[in-house]
Amino acid sequence: MIPEIGHYALVLALGLALIQATVPLYGSIRRDASLMQLASSTAVMQFIFVAGSFAALTACYVTSDFSVANVFENSHSMMPLIYKFTSVWGNHEGSMLLWVLILALFGASVAVFGNNLPVTLKANVLAVQGWIACSFYFFILLTSNPFLRLAQPPLEGRDLNPILQDPGLAIHPPLLYLGYVGFSIAFSFAIAALIEGRIDAAWARWVRPWTLAAWMFLTVGIAMGSYWAYYELGWGGFWFWDPVENASLMPWLAGTALLHSAVVMEKRNALKVWTILLAILAFSLSLIGTFLVRSGVLTSVHSFAEDPRRGVFILGILVLFIGGGLSLFAWRAPLLRQGGLFAPVSREGALVFNNLFLTTACLTVFVGTLYPLALEALNGEKISVGAPFFNLTFAPLFIPLMIAMPFGGLLAWKRGNLLGVAQRLMVAFAAGIVAIAITFAAAGVEHVLAPFGIGLAFFVIVGALIDLAERIALFRAPLATSWSRALGLPRSAWGTAIAHAGVALTLIGITCASTWGTERIVALKEGQTVTLSGYALTFDGMVQRAGPNFRVLAGKFTLRQGGEVVGIMEPSKRTFGARGMTTTEAALLSQGASQLYLSLGDVNGDGSAAIRFYYKPLVLLIWLGAVVMAFGGALSLSDRRLRVGAPKPAAKPALQPAE
Amino acid sequence: MSLWLAFALMTAAAIFAVLWPLGRRKAAAGGSDIAVYRDQLDEIVRDRAEGRIGEAEAEAAKIEVSRRLIAAADAAETRQGAAPTADTAAPWRRRIAALVGLILLPIGASALYMVLGSPQLPGQPLAARMASVQQDRSIQTLVAQVESHLERNPNDARGYEVIAPVYLRMGRFADAVNARRKVIALAGESSERQSDLGEALAAQGNGVVTVDAKAAFERAIALDPKNIKALFFIGIAAEQDGDRHKAAAIFTTMLRDAPTDAPWVPVVREALTRVGGTPPATAAAPSAPSTEQPGPSAADVSAAGQMSEKDRGDMIRGMVARLADRLKENGDDLAGWQRLLRAYMVLGERDKAKSAADDARKALATDPGKLRQIDDMIKSLGLQG
Repeated sequence: MIPEIGHYALVLALGLALIQATVPLYGSIRRDASLMQLASSTAVMQFIFVAGSFAALTACYVTSDFSVANVFENSHSMMPLIYKFTSVWGNHEGSMLLWVLILALFGASVAVFGNNLPVTLKANVLAVQGWIACSFYFFILLTSNPFLRLAQPPLEGRDLNPILQDPGLAIHPPLLYLGYVGFSIAFSFAIAALIEGRIDAAWARWVRPWTLAAWMFLTVGIAMGSYWAYYELGWGGFWFWDPVENASLMPWLAGTALLHSAVVMEKRNALKVWTILLAILAFSLSLIGTFLVRSGVLTSVHSFAEDPRRGVFILGILVLFIGGGLSLFAWRAPLLRQGGLFAPVSREGALVFNNLFLTTACLTVFVGTLYPLALEALNGEKISVGAPFFNLTFAPLFIPLMIAMPFGGLLAWKRGNLLGVAQRLMVAFAAGIVAIAITFAAAGVEHVLAPFGIGLAFFVIVGALIDLAERIALFRAPLATSWSRALGLPRSAWGTAIAHAGVALTLIGITCASTWGTERIVALKEGQTVTLSGYALTFDGMVQRAGPNFRVLAGKFTLRQGGEVVGIMEPSKRTFGARGMTTTEAALLSQGASQLYLSLGDVNGDGSAAIRFYYKPLVLLIWLGAVVMAFGGALSLSDRRLRVGAPKPAAKPALQPAE
Repeated sequence: MSLWLAFALMTAAAIFAVLWPLGRRKAAAGGSDIAVYRDQLDEIVRDRAEGRIGEAEAEAAKIEVSRRLIAAADAAETRQGAAPTADTAAPWRRRIAALVGLILLPIGASALYMVLGSPQLPGQPLAARMASVQQDRSIQTLVAQVESHLERNPNDARGYEVIAPVYLRMGRFADAVNARRKVIALAGESSERQSDLGEALAAQGNGVVTVDAKAAFERAIALDPKNIKALFFIGIAAEQDGDRHKAAAIFTTMLRDAPTDAPWVPVVREALTRVGGTPPATAAAPSAPSTEQPGPSAADVSAAGQMSEKDRGDMIRGMVARLADRLKENGDDLAGWQRLLRAYMVLGERDKAKSAADDARKALATDPGKLRQIDDMIKSLGLQG
């Protein structure tokens, strides 16, 4: 009964989405308030039904109801409980259900918290959300239905892909989807504004919290995916420029550009056309990401099922929304009038600079990702665009961007004084140069470029601090004044500074881990010791254990530094009987922000074990930086000004789009 | 709560979501851009105080924002004048929207669900199937025990010999093949071990006697020409190769040499019939009639030939009554019902046939496919109405 209730709930959600997609739109043309109100109630009810449907599928997984084909194919009764939950979205059908759940969540959030929006805008935004929802409900029900049943349920399921049996699966896809799907709101706002033909500074303010929320989730989602790949794939790499990773990076770059250009639009009523275009592009890139990953164009851990029918369906959705969105844009955008003026050297100018570089970087990734695919489709030639291409194109674009970062924050609106800003940044320059000198002194001149990376990062961090200090007039006014100004400072100002510092932290992590990381690949016999960067690793022998649905072959190693035992490391291999697959579980040991990484290779006949042993200095800063960025976003999201425009002070805590 | 009640409640909730806003008298007040622009004016003042904008620029920005503010206020006023409120809005629009929610939504949703869903299948969580699971669990534990034993003693041929058939039954064919190979490698080959290996290989090939499997069976026959399993699979292999004569010859030889009470005789007879041969008459008839189509045994038939007309009629009636009793207990048997109906018609008992037709329709009501077939038959026998 439970699976059928979930199935019917999904069908009802489709019905409500169809109404939400049409009736409010008609109502907004006819200015019929009650038809427009329909958007909110259907959006909320639609969310309730999708949530019910998702809960039903989850219940089937938790109780191992193998009469549901999807549960049988991706679950095993002996799996630990957490993986019974996570395997709900550890497969194609379930992950698409998660996709629409989050889509409905955002729609319902607009319905509930968007009472600062004009009635027509809200109705139109929700109608566009309804279109997106409809197409994905049809996609799920017709090609990827998770509720198909088996009349003769088998006794045991086929188990979840062992690589996915990891806590990472609990966090990474939901966060990433919150980011991807969050940009659908920006898209809906853009389309709704184009339909109404009314786009102004207020629009930018209204769309901002939603973009910010999506951006935050995407930031953490990408970082989480990177960390997962780092420890699960057993190679110690944190970013592979793999097309699937690029697919998530592109919407992030476009979304970051959108966040910044929306600020200019909000302040000066300028860059309107550009901002709308970015809003359409950010979601289009999310859709392309979904298409690349789900259609089987790319073979990877992420393409759960390769079915041409699905690919064609997603391609249809892609053409409909990207093509439709851009056509509407081409038709309506010339109607937009440009707004306020600003000088090239100004805060606005700096934000334009930021946009220029971010979108170019995004284009670079786009070309690097799709060019090989296009080439292969055209003449069957297989080329690989790997790290060298991206390092050569991406890094030169990000360096000027980061140099400009502290300047942008300090430049005045409308007309700035570059020289004055440079003077105020003297301390940051000094910090950068000191960092470069110290790095050279400590690490030698073997790697010439890396110390400059460190210096740049310190320049950005100190620059962000100077920005805050300037705002609260630290050292220029009495401390008490500074304190009260700090309290009065908008949260978004704190958010900006913190997010920028987060970028710098990530830069430090990437520079250190990729430049000064060391590795040893050896075969060790029991009792032998290998040394790396001052650490000594001794092999104590192999042990076997039984896990819940797998068997473990683990190596025991003792790590010593200067004769003192630092810790025990146990890299292992897990063999999953149900699928006959083996996964590698690396052992990680954190020392501050640095990590020691030990991965087990083949065990030879003579009892020696091949190991890969890495020392990754400050590698944790890469992901910590992303978390700091997202924290800055959250602070900015909590800014009071984003709620301005509501008819009366909201009694409930407004604007927390994701719970 | 029945499934249909739950569906009805869910549909009602969905309809409510559509009708509720249509029924509300007062339109919800929306936000407006005026408040945003007011706030922006305050912000310019704050930026000026922090020195984040020049004096002249701040003035210019204030004028910009004020212009927007005035424009927004004007627009709001014209809208206020022109926009009809919910009360003055054309009521027919709301009625149409209500009809969409009230009629199209439930009809559309149920139609789509009827195409996609399987309401007749109950949920079958593992806990509800605990009995079979208990058995399954014990097999799992047994397997795990043997596996861990073999991990410690990888040269224990007996362990592999014990676990191989379990693997085979669990469908872990690759493991079964492995275990069989290990047994031969560790304990030496024998005709039986080779034919067991062949069996596992054939299972791995989804029942196809592959080249590997055939080689194993041939080795087994070389070691013992009377190995029944090997002979049988070689016969099957011939059948799969399309060589029915060879297959028939092998099966016939097997039956000829078979001890009368051998349990495998019915299987081989069946295989022989399948490839077009006639089972030798001397061979023992299958002791248990196949469960699918319980019919008169060979002995019954030959006895019937010697009976008088009346006795024969009684005997047939008795058999039909047995069939009817069986169907009363277990009605989910389409072929049985068809046979019963035909028998009643042959015996000229039209009334009984009619009531049996009703029973059959009741018994098969849950399965639309079977129901259609039995309806077709009732029609063709002229039993309707």
